[in-house]
Amino acid sequence: MKIGVFVCHCGTNISAVIDVQKVVNDLAKMPGVFAMDYKFMCSDPGQNMIISEIKQKKLDAVIVAACSPCLHELTFRNTLIRGGLNPYMLEIANIREQDSWVHTDRDKATEKAVRLAKMAVAKAKRNQPLFPQEVSVEKSCLVIGGGIAGIQAAIDISSAGYQTVIVEKEPSIGGKMAMFDKTFPTLDCSACILTPKMVQASQSKKVKIYTYSEVEEIGGYVGNFNARIRVKARSVNMEKCTGCGICWQKCPVKVNSEFEQNLGPRKAVYVPFAQAVPNVPVIDCVNCTYYRSKRQNPESKGLCRICEKFCPAGAIEFDQKDKIIEEKFGAVIVATGFSAFDHKVYGEYGAGRYKDVVTALQFERLLNSSGPTQGKILRPSDSKEARTIVFVQCVGSRDESKGVPYCSRVCCMYTAKQALLLKEHIPDANAYVFYIDIRAAGKNYEEFIERVQDEYGVLYLRGRVSKIYRTGDGALLVRGADTLSGTQVEISADMVVLATGLVSNPETVKLGQMIGIPYDKNRFFTESHPKLAPAETQTAGVFICGACQFPKDIPDSVAQAGAAASKVLGLFSQEHLMLEPVLACVNQKICNGCFHCRAVCPYNAIDEEILKDKSVVARVIESKCHGCGNCISACPVSAVDLKGYTNEQILEQLQSLR
Amino acid sequence: MKYAYYPGCSLHSTSREYDMSAKEVSTRLGIELIEAPDWVCCGATPAHVTMHVLSQALPVKSLINAKQTGADTMAVCCAACFSRLKIANYHVLNDPGKKAKINRAVGAEYNGEVAVKHLLEILAKDFGLENLKGKMTAKLDGLKVACYYGCLLVRPRKIMQFDDEENPTIMDAVVETTGAKTVDWPGKVECCGASFSITKTGVVLRLCRDILQLASDAGAECIAVACPLCQSNLDLRQPEVNKKYDKKFDMPVLYFTQILGLAMGIDWKKLGLDKHIVSPLKFLKGKNIIK
Repeated sequence: MKIGVFVCHCGTNISAVIDVQKVVNDLAKMPGVFAMDYKFMCSDPGQNMIISEIKQKKLDAVIVAACSPCLHELTFRNTLIRGGLNPYMLEIANIREQDSWVHTDRDKATEKAVRLAKMAVAKAKRNQPLFPQEVSVEKSCLVIGGGIAGIQAAIDISSAGYQTVIVEKEPSIGGKMAMFDKTFPTLDCSACILTPKMVQASQSKKVKIYTYSEVEEIGGYVGNFNARIRVKARSVNMEKCTGCGICWQKCPVKVNSEFEQNLGPRKAVYVPFAQAVPNVPVIDCVNCTYYRSKRQNPESKGLCRICEKFCPAGAIEFDQKDKIIEEKFGAVIVATGFSAFDHKVYGEYGAGRYKDVVTALQFERLLNSSGPTQGKILRPSDSKEARTIVFVQCVGSRDESKGVPYCSRVCCMYTAKQALLLKEHIPDANAYVFYIDIRAAGKNYEEFIERVQDEYGVLYLRGRVSKIYRTGDGALLVRGADTLSGTQVEISADMVVLATGLVSNPETVKLGQMIGIPYDKNRFFTESHPKLAPAETQTAGVFICGACQFPKDIPDSVAQAGAAASKVLGLFSQEHLMLEPVLACVNQKICNGCFHCRAVCPYNAIDEEILKDKSVVARVIESKCHGCGNCISACPVSAVDLKGYTNEQILEQLQSLR
Repeated sequence: MKYAYYPGCSLHSTSREYDMSAKEVSTRLGIELIEAPDWVCCGATPAHVTMHVLSQALPVKSLINAKQTGADTMAVCCAACFSRLKIANYHVLNDPGKKAKINRAVGAEYNGEVAVKHLLEILAKDFGLENLKGKMTAKLDGLKVACYYGCLLVRPRKIMQFDDEENPTIMDAVVETTGAKTVDWPGKVECCGASFSITKTGVVLRLCRDILQLASDAGAECIAVACPLCQSNLDLRQPEVNKKYDKKFDMPVLYFTQILGLAMGIDWKKLGLDKHIVSPLKFLKGKNIIK
């Protein structure tokens, strides 16, 4: 076997610390090894040099002693292909990140480089040509979450002609954006810009929407995911329902509306908001009189049934059951969004005990003309118009003591917007904003803040609020510090709005573990690269967008949704995908069928196989295997091996160090 | 139930009635309080603004002496003493560097083996609220009490491990065993101004005015406290508050132990109820609590 070793100077990145010539000389002394050096091996002339040497010297394998394989492994694999070799006959000795960049002693660093290169040679001697496996691509995308990010991604993918399925857990798509009154900094009506997108998605022939549904299980691999979707019983037949609204007008049961943030009522049969898509109500089984009576006495006919009586379309179906749908997808986009921080942990702000201390989302609903107060700013405790409002920023943001060290990014802007809208609703109202810093980094954001302060006269106070309490006259006393003037401030307010931060959804962890997306300490999904792959995840074929990755405003969510969609389209533009051949394989002659390998496999890639002699042994499902190597360490009889990294190869590498 | 007892300087002087009532109540409940021999100053205020190691060596000295009582827990009534002792123990248990310094200063090996508990915790948790209720023979139904915790009992939460630092409820629970009603009010953990009473009286007058106002707005007839400093500021400075701010507060400020004592039928003189500036006697007679 003839092996070529190519040592790179990397300008002076390597050669400043390592005696490249000595590495070449030492390696060339090995039997069957040809060695040479070059200033930049990754450059075109460098690669061409490798190709011509492969051909001239009839090399069987190539070692490139250069930078980390993370950077140029693919480059040099392609070089090998152009030289007529199998790309897996390449080995990289990392003498930059693991040597020249971290050492200063020239002699020892050179010695280390020689050893690293010799190890690579030892391994390469036992390299086998490997061939990527070809898999087909199911050209349909699953989008989990029907907020603005999910809707945008679905629209983009369907516009290119591919099938998309949105799974949304609420009864309507629209997400948090549907709750907002206006958007910053342009003050567009949020519903007016969102609802056309909701309609566009729902009317597209290429988009299927499952609302009131959840993804229960997801398996498979890029190009071939299998999802099990639970479509929860709505108790209303979606085909028959005309959306006339008689059922919820007649329903006698009133409960707090989640969409109105508990500030207004909804019925037990309800559509969450007027522009809901689909415009089909659901029956809330917990509060519905019929279901309650049935739970108490299963034999009875059930009480109430008024909605059923009045429905002109006969669409009420009390006996509806959850439906399970199994579908295949080529790609998955996760756009599950965020939850608002629960301010109950802030005892100093009343821990939720004061009705007139509201969250920003509640205030959005109060501002909204289709909200519980028809856009009048009435405080919840006694419906009195609120003329003095204190806004408190960073509640559940930038507060390590509450477990939220990060900045939620949008609160400075939405608080300014809410203060401005207050002034527009009630021009002589008093608005105070307590802030730590104002973070207005976005197009026209800073100018917006300036306008709110200068034109609208919103008073900004730099400092934190230390305490809020109710005084005898029903007002809220807000005590805080104004650190710029160095004084303590006490404001008697009608209402306090807490700029609650954005936190990850409670389902994030479960979903992440199911689909294979890592999450960070704040339980936001981790992108595959923080700079260069912000919409990708570690699992091929799974993408993320919107606030499930980190707090984001609407334009950023939409942009990331577009990015995720374009990655999916890139995937769908291929007829076949090539899967990495560095996979585990079982030597079934040795395997004793203990299946320790199956217990440690994170990808469910181990299957049972019955041999002719009736013995049960392990088999690797190659399409599922990621080549992580867990099974190899777990196997007590060394029956499992990783192609391209066999136990034998690794032992040879260690031997070469002696 | 046996505890080493740390009275601290206040309970032997300005707030003798706290000491008297705490002992009376404990005796009734069968809780044995054995005064730690040769206890020294807890280091509150003067020591901990002067020298860090001194402020921790002083309480540790007393904790070491407490071991001679044979009890493994020290009962404390004063909130400032409680804070100093608890913080010293925390550092000994969690910071080997500080522990070494403290042990060198006191000349002994102390490893945080004596636990520190406020009397409120002993009553509510060790003795138990239900048991306590059973000992109340003269129910105080109809008495409206604002429980005032002050700042030192509850903060910092990580060290004190006492109760919620914004809305504590342990004293409310203990006082309610007497049949009295406690009011929900926002002044529970406000600052009374503590030792500024002497150096910056004006500050204390303003803070005490706010606390008295909040308690009175909430409909309280008296304030229950667990700290000699809180008591002396609210009680001693009340006439001055009235004069300066043109108020007519006549709000008795009682130790929670005095309230418990009354509900156990202990003679009011043994509880030191005659030692207050704003005398509660007329009020208590009016309520038919004492004769």
